[in-house]
Amino acid sequence: MQTSSSEPVLVLKDIRKSFGAVTAIENFSLDIRPGEIVALVGDNGAGKSTLIKIISGVHAPTSGSITIEGETVSMASASMARAHGIEVVYQDLALADQQTVYMNMFLGREPVNRFGLLDRRTMISETEKLVKELDVRIPSAHATIRDLSGGQRQGVAIARATRWASKLILLDEPTAALGVAETAKVEAIVQSLKSRNIGVLIISHSLDQVFKLSDRICVLRRGKQIGIRNTAETNKNEIVSMITGLN
Amino acid sequence: MSQQKQTATPLSAPMERPPLLKRINLQQYVVYLGFLAIFLFFAIVLRDSGFLTVRNLSNIVLQTAPATIMAIGLVFVLSAGEIDLSIGSIVAVSALAAAVTINAYGMLAGIAVGLGAGLAIGLVNGVLVAYVRLPSFLVTLATMGLFAGVARSLTDLRSIPVTDSAFTGFFGSGALLGIPSLVWWTVIAILIGHIVYRETRFGAHVLATGDNNRAASVSGISVPRIRLAVMMLSGGLAALAGLLYAGRLQAAKYTLGETDLMTVIAAVIVGGTLLNGGKGSVVGALVGSLMMGMLNNGLILMGLSVSDQMIVRGLIILAAVAVSLREKAR
Repeated sequence: MQTSSSEPVLVLKDIRKSFGAVTAIENFSLDIRPGEIVALVGDNGAGKSTLIKIISGVHAPTSGSITIEGETVSMASASMARAHGIEVVYQDLALADQQTVYMNMFLGREPVNRFGLLDRRTMISETEKLVKELDVRIPSAHATIRDLSGGQRQGVAIARATRWASKLILLDEPTAALGVAETAKVEAIVQSLKSRNIGVLIISHSLDQVFKLSDRICVLRRGKQIGIRNTAETNKNEIVSMITGLN
Repeated sequence: MSQQKQTATPLSAPMERPPLLKRINLQQYVVYLGFLAIFLFFAIVLRDSGFLTVRNLSNIVLQTAPATIMAIGLVFVLSAGEIDLSIGSIVAVSALAAAVTINAYGMLAGIAVGLGAGLAIGLVNGVLVAYVRLPSFLVTLATMGLFAGVARSLTDLRSIPVTDSAFTGFFGSGALLGIPSLVWWTVIAILIGHIVYRETRFGAHVLATGDNNRAASVSGISVPRIRLAVMMLSGGLAALAGLLYAGRLQAAKYTLGETDLMTVIAAVIVGGTLLNGGKGSVVGALVGSLMMGMLNNGLILMGLSVSDQMIVRGLIILAAVAVSLREKAR
């Protein structure tokens, strides 16, 4: 699995997005390599959500190009982004609370047998396997989402994204609603995604977390890309001043 | 690939299913316990009034057949987070349309027109709910009144006799292998309904839509299409119930289905379907429906006046619904 580790899974080039007269994103460029975790940071309203929506196919960029493993794509919908191997873990997790873990894992993509009936056996065994690999500690694949803790739910949402993402996972504030222990658990899961050779783009307000998890940090301020730093070669003071624009 | 060692798993989560006691969910059995309690009560109190005779018990099943069929549709509608108040009016319109057509053009045309009328009303409901984004409660409240009016004006309040014996046999009074056709209809509809609800992607998508429509939507499920589909399914099944009424009574009248709405909603809720979506049971709805029918029958046999029947039935439904909702709230 060491092949093509140099070729980026995602290349954004000169992305620009305007809503009428308002420019939300200008001249944004970024590439993410397989096995790399890139953090996207910036104040509220800096354009992080808009960027996530562009990458996940919800908004089309006004100009600029999106390239996925060397192929330039235009994505008109979230399902097209999914078809290209991009999965999003939304802030609200997008889980159906009264359904089981395994049904959520396959929501909208349920496998069926030759009679057109749900193939529960496959769903359950794949769920159990993945949940074990990622060490998401849930009572069982049969558990109902509503009976799980916040951290377990987040684990299920990330596991689902991992199941379907072949190129890139976008994580939108994955630990915003979690306690200390659960945050550590989710961070460990995110860390373990590196070994799966997919790219991870994570939005976080916690600089501690960003420095703990990411390989590179990309800073946005008022829709402008302020810069990208290797996490190992920068420090919090530099990132904070990039975010705020104050020295 | 993951570098995890295969051996050192004791630290990771136990994956076996939780113990049996925790898995058994009381709420699912409330309807069966209630059914049993009411049955035993009538069996004892009415033991000399003929409640337990085969004839009476099978009568209960036959009488509840149309309500059971409607209840299946409502399970899908409620599970998707919507409601359909117009089913009673659809029953009347479909039965009348079918009766008029049968008398003029024969049985097959009548069936087609009857079912078509139900599907068409379901389509109107569905388009307004799914694509115009009006609340289904208001849409179907309006179409309930609207089509009750249509049913009245359709034949000038007259009752239309249905004399086509093939039709009345197939939908109402006939039998196959010694089993009444209404029982066949009930069993087949419940079986198909249960399988579609529990074992198909459509059923899963209905539940997901009612549970969390945003999650369904970002998972690639077409939420509007699901909403349209459940409203049409409900309309189609209500129309089938109309045909069953017409076949059994050998006539259609605008009053058909008029009082079914409350019974059907009660049957479905008592049967374990959540009023606001995401969870339900087709088999539970059948048991709920039989329970309502048994209640009707028993109260009549007990000699209660019509007004007393209504009061007692209302109280029992209230109690049953309260118990099943309390169980769910846990």
